[in-house]
Amino acid sequence: MNDFRSRVEGERAYLLRYARLQLRDRHTAEDTVQEALVAALAGEAGFAGRSNLRTWLTGILKHKIVDAIRRMSREGPLDSADEFEALFDERGHWIEMPAAWQDPGASLDQKQFFAVLEDCLAKLPAKTAQAFMMREHMGFETGDICKELGVTATHCWVLLYRARMALRQCLEANWFAK
Amino acid sequence: MMLSCKETARLVSQGLDRHLPFGRRVALRVHLAICGGCTNFKDQVDFLRKAMTRLADPSAKP
Repeated sequence: MNDFRSRVEGERAYLLRYARLQLRDRHTAEDTVQEALVAALAGEAGFAGRSNLRTWLTGILKHKIVDAIRRMSREGPLDSADEFEALFDERGHWIEMPAAWQDPGASLDQKQFFAVLEDCLAKLPAKTAQAFMMREHMGFETGDICKELGVTATHCWVLLYRARMALRQCLEANWFAK
Repeated sequence: MMLSCKETARLVSQGLDRHLPFGRRVALRVHLAICGGCTNFKDQVDFLRKAMTRLADPSAKP
């Protein structure tokens, strides 16, 4: 690790506290600080001649925080009010343990199964469906999906998680419960 | 450190979208070894991927 890099890294805890105060959401704060640090390391030349590293880094972070706030107001807040939280108790255990599906492989040969799957896909919220279809139907890498949708990687994973949770429930209720 | 089922479900999903760090992969494996509910969940999510692959492939669709 070169000297500049380790000095920048040394300010991470301070920057994280700063970002958390602004953004409240821990994951968003961590992502934002990460973005700021990457930008700072790439822009080392911009620091040359200035005396205070922390002030310079905080300036970069402020811009990233503003971007994050814009993004959040577009996306809606992440995580906390997740509808799938209700599947788990306060210690994070399943309230109802997932039971095995009967011979799922056989479903793949049935036309009717794919009709149910398509119905379930149609019920997903728009952005969730978009992320999931790009990933599982078109086979994009997560990084490309995030870029296309203009969201962070963390948000992307949450969208894909929600899609899988919703589709699992939908298939269970409309196909495997028969 | 033990994962909860909620964390496990998230990691099972993320494992399909990124390469999980080593520590997470180990924790996931330990949890799945002792939790039937999460193992069923993982099987279902894996099946979903298979079904989506089939849906996307026009020649394989029944």
